[in-house]
Amino acid sequence: MTENTIPEQVAAPRRFDVVGWLRRYGTSFFLLALIVFFAFENSRFLSLRNVTNILTEVSIYGIIAVGMTFVILTAGVDLAVGSLLAFTGMSGAVVMQALGADSSLGWLVALATATAVGTLVGYLQGKAVTFFSVPPFIVTLGGMTVWRGATLILNDGSPISGFDASYRWWGNGSIAGIPVPIVLFGLIAAAGFVIERYTRYGRYIYAVGGNPEAARLNGLDVPAIITSVYVIVGALSGLAGFLLSARLGAAEAVGGIGYELRVIASVVIGGTSLAGGRGGIGGTVIGALLIGVLTNGLVIMHVSSYWQQVVIGLIIVAAVAFDTYAKARR
Amino acid sequence: MPNLLDVRDVCKQFPGVKALDGVELQVRKGEVHALLGENGAGKSTLLKILSGALRADRGEAKLDGLMLKPADTPRERQRAGLATIYQEFNLLPFMSIAENLYLGREPERRGFIDWAAMHENSRALLASLGLIVDPRREVLHLSVAHQQMVEIGRAVAQNAKLIVMDEPTAALGQREVEILHGVIEELKTRGVSFIYVTHRLDEVKRVCDSFTVLRDGRYVARGEVRSVETHDLVRLMVGRDVEVAKRARTARSSEAVLAVNGVSRARESSGRHAMALNDLSIDVKAGEILGFAGLVGAGRTELARIIFGADRCDRGVLYLHGTELSLLRSPKEAIRAGIALVPEDRKQQGCFLEQSISQNMTLPSLKRIARWGIFVSEKKERQLVEKYRSALRIKMPSSAVAVGTLSGGNQQKVLLARCMALQPKVLIVDEPTRGIDIGAKVEVHQLLFEMARSGMALIIISSEMPEILALSDRIVVFREGCISGILDGQDATEGKLMALMAISTAADLKRSAAR
Repeated sequence: MTENTIPEQVAAPRRFDVVGWLRRYGTSFFLLALIVFFAFENSRFLSLRNVTNILTEVSIYGIIAVGMTFVILTAGVDLAVGSLLAFTGMSGAVVMQALGADSSLGWLVALATATAVGTLVGYLQGKAVTFFSVPPFIVTLGGMTVWRGATLILNDGSPISGFDASYRWWGNGSIAGIPVPIVLFGLIAAAGFVIERYTRYGRYIYAVGGNPEAARLNGLDVPAIITSVYVIVGALSGLAGFLLSARLGAAEAVGGIGYELRVIASVVIGGTSLAGGRGGIGGTVIGALLIGVLTNGLVIMHVSSYWQQVVIGLIIVAAVAFDTYAKARR
Repeated sequence: MPNLLDVRDVCKQFPGVKALDGVELQVRKGEVHALLGENGAGKSTLLKILSGALRADRGEAKLDGLMLKPADTPRERQRAGLATIYQEFNLLPFMSIAENLYLGREPERRGFIDWAAMHENSRALLASLGLIVDPRREVLHLSVAHQQMVEIGRAVAQNAKLIVMDEPTAALGQREVEILHGVIEELKTRGVSFIYVTHRLDEVKRVCDSFTVLRDGRYVARGEVRSVETHDLVRLMVGRDVEVAKRARTARSSEAVLAVNGVSRARESSGRHAMALNDLSIDVKAGEILGFAGLVGAGRTELARIIFGADRCDRGVLYLHGTELSLLRSPKEAIRAGIALVPEDRKQQGCFLEQSISQNMTLPSLKRIARWGIFVSEKKERQLVEKYRSALRIKMPSSAVAVGTLSGGNQQKVLLARCMALQPKVLIVDEPTRGIDIGAKVEVHQLLFEMARSGMALIIISSEMPEILALSDRIVVFREGCISGILDGQDATEGKLMALMAISTAADLKRSAAR
């Protein structure tokens, strides 16, 4: 019965709750420790150029991670985002070329196409999850190879490049000295935070993830809410696909391979529960930064890219293991 | 006679709360011992310490003369002869009955599982408990009562000397309770002892020999059931006198707020609420409390869910204030039409356990406290929560704590507050006081009376006959998917209800067994 009683607010001095503290600030603390460590290891790490580089890199998958946070909050997952990123980037470039709009407004065509395609794909995957009751893991596992294949089909496997300067500005330009992708990531993360914290829709997402049956009995349209989070992550993947092609100056069929891992890892390391209903955008931003700093720092320390994968994988497992441990201890 | 179980001076401290403080418990061989106390009294903690799921800070326990090691795992306790059956069963739903019975101790022949022996033993074992089933069936398809029999069967198969049962009848209908009590009596004659935890004191009188009462984590009293009156037990548990007050009649209008006509549904192949329903018609007036009585699965919850749009039916019409509506297709439509539901299973269907009290309370009302229908106004939300916190006297440290940390009674009040905030015309409450302690029960009853007095039309579903009798102006009795009678609350008695609820004829029995 004790789990049903409210612990009395005891006046006696309480011991410092290490696990509780770590659970709350552990990821931020770890991020800070990594930054200090890499900064001491190599003075170039904190150079303006390198910091900008890290943040720009983080921004592209971070944008998707904002949408992924919503998906995971509903106890879903989207494994197709990496492939979708390539597919939308390629779609944008193909449509732009087909319309012969390579000039200064070509970017608008590409951006609109990429986002529209991402939105549509997100809608289809969301409908597959809700209407046909296919588990999200399966739907998006299928999507992962479908959209990768579709990207190869689109331009026969070859990249499209030679974009106008106005196109590449989206990946390499800056607004008031801040690179465009970082500005966009900041705006989107802020919007995500407001939605999660201050809107009805945000509450509904938590409710659906926390207890879908109770959500239905409270008059929520559960399938519509679930579909909507896949639409959001799809649209954001489209935007990220456009940004990546702008940054690289080319739309490539092999673009964004492994991004689903980085995106999901950002969300999970940030403390959002795969069981749904718990977590949020704030943690995801920290998680995305952590992965960015770690990857970059390991490169600067000349750790091979093979080992990077091992390290990132271990950190994901450790983060979830700790979260589970802390939860069981409550 | 020496004690089979002898527990002394058990203490257990959780962060911020002393769950058990010097508790003792003695159970004799071959008796049924009731462990009583309100929610939060420490019963569950004590059970978990006995089963090996938790470790006590201090204290000792002897089973059959042997000291139990404090560090025992649940498995070691089972081997020692102590089996625990929790409210949520520990069965593997996708495995067969036989596999569940012999899990970890499968009969073997030359190193391989001897399936024939396992099935034969299972069949014989369950038959001795009065359950005739195919042991190859998956547990998933069994009713709650039958799953419970499988749990008991497993304890017997392990040669348990002491079987601990936590709220064994919470999810059972009247008839199933009787079958369970029969099995307990039978095992008693074979020398098995029971610890029986329940909130239903009438069952203590019926099936238990002795009792121990806990209050606020402390041992209060022990005694023989036959030499104690029910109200004395209640006083020991709460430390004061409480009784279920019969409601004074209030004037009520004659116009039906809600009427349902001819609801029918063919039996579905699966699902929890798959009962066939046959031409059900009811109506409820403003200021009236309409009780739904009947065994579990007789159609009371099923009809309520159809009215609320949570389940479908084949035929039927719904009138709200005399206006005909086609039956509602979703809870969303029902809420919009002014119907609210507090579901029977608080944890599974009602609460968002990890989310805050205010999130739980305001979820369906957010539209009303959101600016431009989008942004939730924190100020209005706070006001709303405060209004209902004080109106319903909800005890909580702050509205930001998770609902899962509250006691059952306070959780139920949060759910009632959620529905009240919608200001519904019709409120359906399924099992208003299941699993909550007696003090909170009285408060919930008062709240329901107040709501009726304010002109709301209420439908109350309850498995507890005293509750239905005390609350209802009229009582609709369900049997086997039909309405078997409608009684006036003033002259209804337990006897009359029983007669209408009971499955009596041979044909009824057969139908029930086939289910």
